[in-house]
Formats: sequence, C-alpha cells, structure tokens
Amino acid sequence: MATKASRSSARLMISPAVILLLGWMIIPLGMTIYFSFLRYNLLQPGATPFAGWENYYWFFTDPSFSAAMLNTLVLVGGVLTITTVGGICFALLLDRPMFGQGIIRIMVIAPFFVMPTVSGLIWKNMFMNPVNGIFGQIAAGLGLQPIDFFGQIPMASVIFIVAWMWLPFATLILLTALQSLDQEQLEAAEMDGASWVNRFWFIMLPHMARAITVVILIQTIFLLSIFAEILVTTNGGPGVATTNLTYLIYVSSLLQFDVGIGSAGGVVAIILANIVAFFLMRMIGKNLDA
Amino acid sequence: MGRIQLKQVQKAFGDVEVIPPLDLEINDGEFVVFVGPSGCGKSTLLRLIAGLEDTTSGVIEIDGADATDLPPAKRGLAMVFQSYALYPHMSVRKNIAFPMRMAKMSQEEQDKRIDAAAKALNLTDYLDRRPGQLSGGQRQRVAIGRAIVREPAAFLFDEPLSNLDAALRVGMRMEISELHKKLETTMVYVTHDQVEAMTMADKIVVLQAGVIEQVGSPLELYRTPRNLFVAGFIGSPKMNFIQGEEAAKHGAQTIGIRPEHIDVSMSGGQWQGTVGVAEHLGSDTFIHIHGIPGCDPMTVRADGEVTVSYGDTVSLTPRSDQIHKFDANGLRMS
Ligand SMILES: Nc1ncnc2c1ncn2[C@@H]1O[C@H](COP(=O)(O)OP(=O)(O)OP(=O)(O)O)[C@@H](O)[C@H]1O
Ligand SMILES: [Mg+2]
Repeated sequence: MATKASRSSARLMISPAVILLLGWMIIPLGMTIYFSFLRYNLLQPGATPFAGWENYYWFFTDPSFSAAMLNTLVLVGGVLTITTVGGICFALLLDRPMFGQGIIRIMVIAPFFVMPTVSGLIWKNMFMNPVNGIFGQIAAGLGLQPIDFFGQIPMASVIFIVAWMWLPFATLILLTALQSLDQEQLEAAEMDGASWVNRFWFIMLPHMARAITVVILIQTIFLLSIFAEILVTTNGGPGVATTNLTYLIYVSSLLQFDVGIGSAGGVVAIILANIVAFFLMRMIGKNLDA
Repeated sequence: MGRIQLKQVQKAFGDVEVIPPLDLEINDGEFVVFVGPSGCGKSTLLRLIAGLEDTTSGVIEIDGADATDLPPAKRGLAMVFQSYALYPHMSVRKNIAFPMRMAKMSQEEQDKRIDAAAKALNLTDYLDRRPGQLSGGQRQRVAIGRAIVREPAAFLFDEPLSNLDAALRVGMRMEISELHKKLETTMVYVTHDQVEAMTMADKIVVLQAGVIEQVGSPLELYRTPRNLFVAGFIGSPKMNFIQGEEAAKHGAQTIGIRPEHIDVSMSGGQWQGTVGVAEHLGSDTFIHIHGIPGCDPMTVRADGEVTVSYGDTVSLTPRSDQIHKFDANGLRMS
C-alpha cells in the first residue's frame, strides 16, 4: 500500500484536484483581501485608490458590527444546542422498533431537502404570520393575543427555523451512530444493573461522542454563513436584531455598494470562522482521536 | 445460592416456536453446560434465564422465588457474552467497577473487589488500559472479572471461548473450571463444542431444535446416550452407526459403536474393509474404513504407531459390550 512508488504516484494523480481546489479557494480569497484595501464603491466608478486599513476601520466602527458579531454567535450557539440535543432525542426515538418506522424516518429527514429560502418563506407566511399564520390562528382561536414572531422575538424565530432545517442532519448522523452500537454492550449494562438513564449516560452517549463532534463541526461551518433564511424573513431586522456577519457584509457591499468595506467584512468573517473552528477543534478534538 | 428452575418455559419469536415448553432444574453450585448444534436455541434459553428475553409462557424460578417477570438486574445473575461486550471507552478498572458503581457500592469495597478479581485473573498490570489494547484472552478475563465482582447467584456464559485460538481456549477452559471449583457458584455455560462440554460440565443438557434430548453427567451421556442424536453428538470422533442386516442381528434398527471400541487387526475379525484416509494425531490414528455393509465409512481409533496405508484390507472387531442399540424411532433399547 504505502510503498514509496505508490505514494509518489498517488501524489501525482491527486495533484490536479488539489491545485484546482486550491485555486478555487486562493483566487477569491486573494481578491477579497485585495479589495478590502481599496476605496471601491460601485456608486463612484473609475478610480479605486489604495485605502490602507480604512475599510477595516469603518467596518469595525459600524454601529451594527458588534451586534452582528453577537447575533452570529447566538445564532450558531442556539441552533447547535437545539439540533444536538434534539437530534439525540430523535435518534433515540427512531432507534426503537415501531410501527411505520421507514416512513417516519423519511418524514424526519424531509426538512433537510427543502431549500433555505423556501422554508424561510413557508415559516414566515404560513406559520408565523400573526394574522394568516397557523400559530396566529390558533392563538386567536383560543382567544389569546397572537405573537408577532418576527417583530417580538425575531432572533428566536430565526434560530427556530434554522434549527428545524438542520435537525434532520443531526438526527441522521446520530441515528447511524446509535445503530452501530453493539447491542450486547447494552445488554451487558442492563445485566450490570444500569437503569436506562445510566445506560444512556455511560454507554450510548460516549459511543455517540464522535458523531456529535462531527455534527457540531460541520454545522458550525454552515451556520456561520446563514443568509437566505434571514433575507427572506426579517431582512436583518427589526433594526439589527437578526443581522449576522454574513448579512452585514451583504448590507455593506450590495445595499451600500461599498465593495471595499464588504470585502473587509468578508476577511473578518474568515478570521472569526477560523477562531471558532480552532476552539471547537481544541475542545472536542480529543474525542476524535480517542 | 443459585438454584434455577425452568417450568414449562416456552419461547416463540412471532409465529416461530424456538423453544417448545421445557422443564429443567439447575442445582446450586452446579456447572451446567448447554450443548447442541448451531441455531438450536442455546443462547435463547440462556437469555431467557438472564431475563434479556421474555418467556412466551412458563415460569422461571431462582432460589425458589418466581423470577419470570423480574428485570435482568434484579435476578442476581451475571453474564459473560461471546463478544465480551466490554465498554470500549472505559479502562479495564472502570469496566470491572461498573456493576458495583451501578449498585452504589462504597469506593473502598469496590477497590478491594477489583484488586481481588484482578489478582485472581492476572489482570493487575492491565487495569489502566482500554479494552481495545488487550488481547482476546485478556478481554475475556476482564469480562469474567466484571461478572465476578458482583458476587452473583449464578454465572451465565454464552460461548465465551469461541473467539479464542485453540491453545488459549484450552487454557481458559481450565481457568473457568478452576474458578468454579474455587467460587462454588452455579455456572450455566453455552457451547457448541462437545469437548468443552465433556471436560467442564457436572451436568450436560443436550439440545436440538429447542428440545432437551438428554440431561446427565458427561459419562452418563457417553455411556448411555438416550437416542441417536445424543449418541452422534457426544464423543469425538463421532459414533459409527450401522443399519441393515448387521443391526438386525442385534434385534435393532440401528446399532452404534464408538471408534475407540473397535479393534483393528490384519485378519480374523468380524468385518473386513479397505483403508481410506488415515489421520495421524501422534497419540492416536483415526482410520476411515470403507466397504463395511451398513456403514460407510466407518471410523476407527487405533494406536498412534499403527502402520496402515491407503487401500490395505483390514479386519475389525467391535467390543460386544460396547454396542449401542437403537429402535426404529432412534431411541435407545437397553
Ligand atoms: N430475535 C429473534 N427473532 C427471531 N428469531 C430468532 C431471534 N433470535 C433467535 N432466533 C432464532 O432462534 C433460533 C435459536 O437461536 P439461538 O441464538 O438461541 O441459537 P444458538 O443455539 O445459540 O446457536 P449458535 O450456536 O449459532 O449461537 C434460531 O433459529 C434463530 O434464528
Ligand atoms: Mg448462540
């Protein structure tokens, strides 16, 4: 397998793909960094003079910036918590033999196949609309004051929608992990006098640790760049209540036409993602090599 | 104490009756072996006793108390699984401690018992390792250790040695037998290996398709098998069965004669045949002989030094007092 010849030929054969991927990453990255140092506004065509750290200065001092940072972390943290805990619960339920298991499993997986824009719009108009939405109708039917989800609890609503979309992913991975658990281990624990809670805590959860790590890592990467759900539901508002970093970059570069500041925001987002990834890896990395 | 009684215990998976109603008594301190071909319901029976499967009908009593609906943990039995079922993310020490931890035993007592078990099982040097870093035999001993520390009323073993190599199996066989002598606790042991059954058991239960064919001490089963199945299953190499004219001479449908109860000579014996394959084990030679009416080939155990070659004609004489007679239903005629 790992002879010298096979290793070098493997390197040779894999290199076109690696070079292509690297280019795919390096060129946009390089251009983003380049633009972030230019005074480049689409409303003032022509000259794009070098601007030094000016764009970064404006991005950081933007009144929405700190809110966007915080919102990003709240959004990621909230969705991660809901999907991992919920995913574990669903996986435990789906692992039990029950009537119509196949269909139920497919139904649980289904939200993952709905496009973010579509699911955002469906939740906004069909469920969470205070007048026409089902929740509003139910509340009205019960004689309660309907909640204006995107007005009163905008962040919680966005978190809920995103969590709804990602729950299937977490469930699917955790279910697979749970199914790979040796039944004899559970039976042995049962004979050893472990209650269900103890079996969950001492046997199932450690067995799922690696899958949980994977779920958290992959989701974090995608959740840091949530955009469509916010665009179609709240437009980042009210105020900046649901503006995350991605959305702030969109606002700077495409609503205020300032490519320079937008690019600076992009670079900040990349750095933030790397910091988060670093800490996540450190925190749960030991699970991966155990 | 560990007296287990099965009364009319029956088990069906859906429509398939795996174990028809059976009665069985396991006395305190006994080493009972369930033996039978693959799929005959040995594991199922053991799991019924353990409480990992529910009985379809019938009663299981442990020490005289009805345990049929008791959950596994409450039955006071410990089980050693074929796959060992160790907890992979816990150290050996934690694995062994687990049942005591679940029972909320004091830390001192736990440590004392772990040390005692580790010493008895030669695991002292491995207590801080993970199961993944142990050899098969060591894992097996950890699994036994985990069972011992609970001081159960009875041990249940489900083919605990089948994943080990031949030499290790012999060693572990001795260790388990010694453990039984030392602890004097009831042990129920499942195997499909009749050598294990013969060497370890006080009492063997021979099963076929969920039915108990015979219960008895190893020598009882060897000397007086109740039917053709037990006769063929116990003993290695297998008993030779002869049908037809030769059997009719003894007034039976089938007669059986064990390979070790046939004398080989060059001439003058009762039956003549030609030598087929001869297996030389050093201590013994198993010769397969063709051309004997009603039984082909016939296996004979001869001395290790015997020199016969393929195609030789030899003469066989069964010891007349060692002939087993069976009737048309396959039952022993005494
Ligand atoms: N959960 C189950 N559902 C349906 N049938 C089962 C189930 N478990 C076992 N059986 C059937 O019950 C029969 C007895 O199985 P069991 O595992 O007790 O055999 P065994 O004697 O232990 O065999 P082996 O020596 O191969 O381990 C088999 O025919 C098997 O197919
Ligand atoms: Mg079995």
